[in-house]
Amino acid sequence: MRAKILRSPSPLPGFGVSFAIMMTALSFVVLLPIGALLGRGFMTGPAELWDMVNSRRIWAALMLSFRAALIASLINLFFGLMLAWVLVRYRFWGRRVIDAAVDLPFALPTAVAGIALSALYAPNGIFGQALAPLGLQVAYTEVGIWVALIFIGLPFVVRTVQPVIGELEPDLEEVSATLGARRAYTLRRVVLPALTPALFSGFALALARSVGEYGSVIFIAGNIPNVTEIAPLLIVIRLEEYNYDAAAAIGIAMLILSFAMLLGINAIQIWSRRRIGLV
Amino acid sequence: MSDFTPAQTGRATAEPRPVRYLLIGGTTVFVALFLFAPLLTVFTEALADGWRSALAALSLPDARAAARMTLSIAAIAVPLNAIFGLAAAWAIAKFDFSGKAFLITLIDLPFSVSPVVAGLMLVLLFGANSSLGVWLMANDMRVVFAFPGILLATLFVTFPFVARELIPVMIEQGRTEEEAALTLGASGWRTFLTVTLPNIRWALLYGVLLCNARAMGEFGAVAIVSGKIRGKTATMPTMVEMFYNEYLSVAAFSLAAVLAMLALLTLLLKTLLEWRHADLLAATRLH
Repeated sequence: MRAKILRSPSPLPGFGVSFAIMMTALSFVVLLPIGALLGRGFMTGPAELWDMVNSRRIWAALMLSFRAALIASLINLFFGLMLAWVLVRYRFWGRRVIDAAVDLPFALPTAVAGIALSALYAPNGIFGQALAPLGLQVAYTEVGIWVALIFIGLPFVVRTVQPVIGELEPDLEEVSATLGARRAYTLRRVVLPALTPALFSGFALALARSVGEYGSVIFIAGNIPNVTEIAPLLIVIRLEEYNYDAAAAIGIAMLILSFAMLLGINAIQIWSRRRIGLV
Repeated sequence: MSDFTPAQTGRATAEPRPVRYLLIGGTTVFVALFLFAPLLTVFTEALADGWRSALAALSLPDARAAARMTLSIAAIAVPLNAIFGLAAAWAIAKFDFSGKAFLITLIDLPFSVSPVVAGLMLVLLFGANSSLGVWLMANDMRVVFAFPGILLATLFVTFPFVARELIPVMIEQGRTEEEAALTLGASGWRTFLTVTLPNIRWALLYGVLLCNARAMGEFGAVAIVSGKIRGKTATMPTMVEMFYNEYLSVAAFSLAAVLAMLALLTLLLKTLLEWRHADLLAATRLH
């Protein structure tokens, strides 16, 4: 009876079967494993969890993962917007190739990206040798982690902002120009506010992906404890030591921090929408 | 296709020419340095000792076993997730029930979980440290460090791809066509096969394409769950890591080059789909 109240009637068949397949798959593939992690956390208890996470090495790893993800996503916000703008508004030779290439980080396995970046930026690599005279070292430093995360996060920003630029009404920009606004002023006061929500979503997607990224980072990072050791790597190390409780504690800390961060971004997004007055 | 003219706006609403040149130049350099250079490096490093070494590396028993493993996993995981995605999209897009938004959030959940944490979850659930894992081992069934674990890890990370692509397309198409078919006397199954499926085939192919790319390329989750046993549970991406860590650079990059060619093929097919069937895909439209 209850199901009938929750679901409005439809002449189409197959609701029961499709709903059952979906829920079974969702439960076994997604919910059960997540439950196992959270259940482990409950059994350990918050005090014990805190004790396990509260070490210098783990805090350094967590801070590094979140800081590097934040920096890389901010850089992607800038270049992603520029790339999306150029791809939608300008016609130039090679545009379609660049447009297709934006999805490369989605398609290329992370381990492949990782060893390629590592080979490029290593002291004997092409970029590594070019940057050395400038006193810049990228591989085995935090900057290397930024580079890997910029690679991973770029398509999220571009692909979220690109369709919104395509849908912008040219009329608004024309009105602004007719009223005497210079181009820079129109871009700042007319175009940018309309893109802000999409920029926020793209930023949040890139950030969420970068925080947990592993494959593309570990090769270029050097993995020095307290310096360039990311949180996911620390989970792997703990698992290799068969220290399941410690690994679970770091995993739970990552889940909680990611969740808090996404909530924070959501709050800023709602606040900015209200301020700018866009729905 | 004349050079540097704005696509749809007139002169008053275009950036000054120097700014345009600067933006186009800047993005081209950025894409070349951050996207093309790593891709090119994979191939130059693979061919560092010539074609023969690269091909010899690919015929190593470990590399071939890894390729077999990756292909088997994708051959099972992708169809399974396509069926799950179709079922989820049918239930969510064609019916009205409460809690839909929450359900979509749950389906999308694997995208916001680190692959390493996903692997950790499976080890906690099925590993030797859990009661379920102990029971499984007593009954001679291995999940962790074996095929089922790798399959589950792959299913987890690729779970949202098909459903996510199909749900918006199917919501937009509504259910009037299906209702018409049913009124005319078609069975439910026939309606699905002859009315729904042709409408969503390109979106389905698009979702399957992305799902397959991720299934073959997944590293973090699989690395943890598989235990990376050479010749047994190592997949192509984890074998790339092992070769690389053993300083077998040509072997690592040759295997990586195969994966990179697969990625390029995925991009090519994806771009073709976007050009020819953009109106039938969710990803290329604004919602």
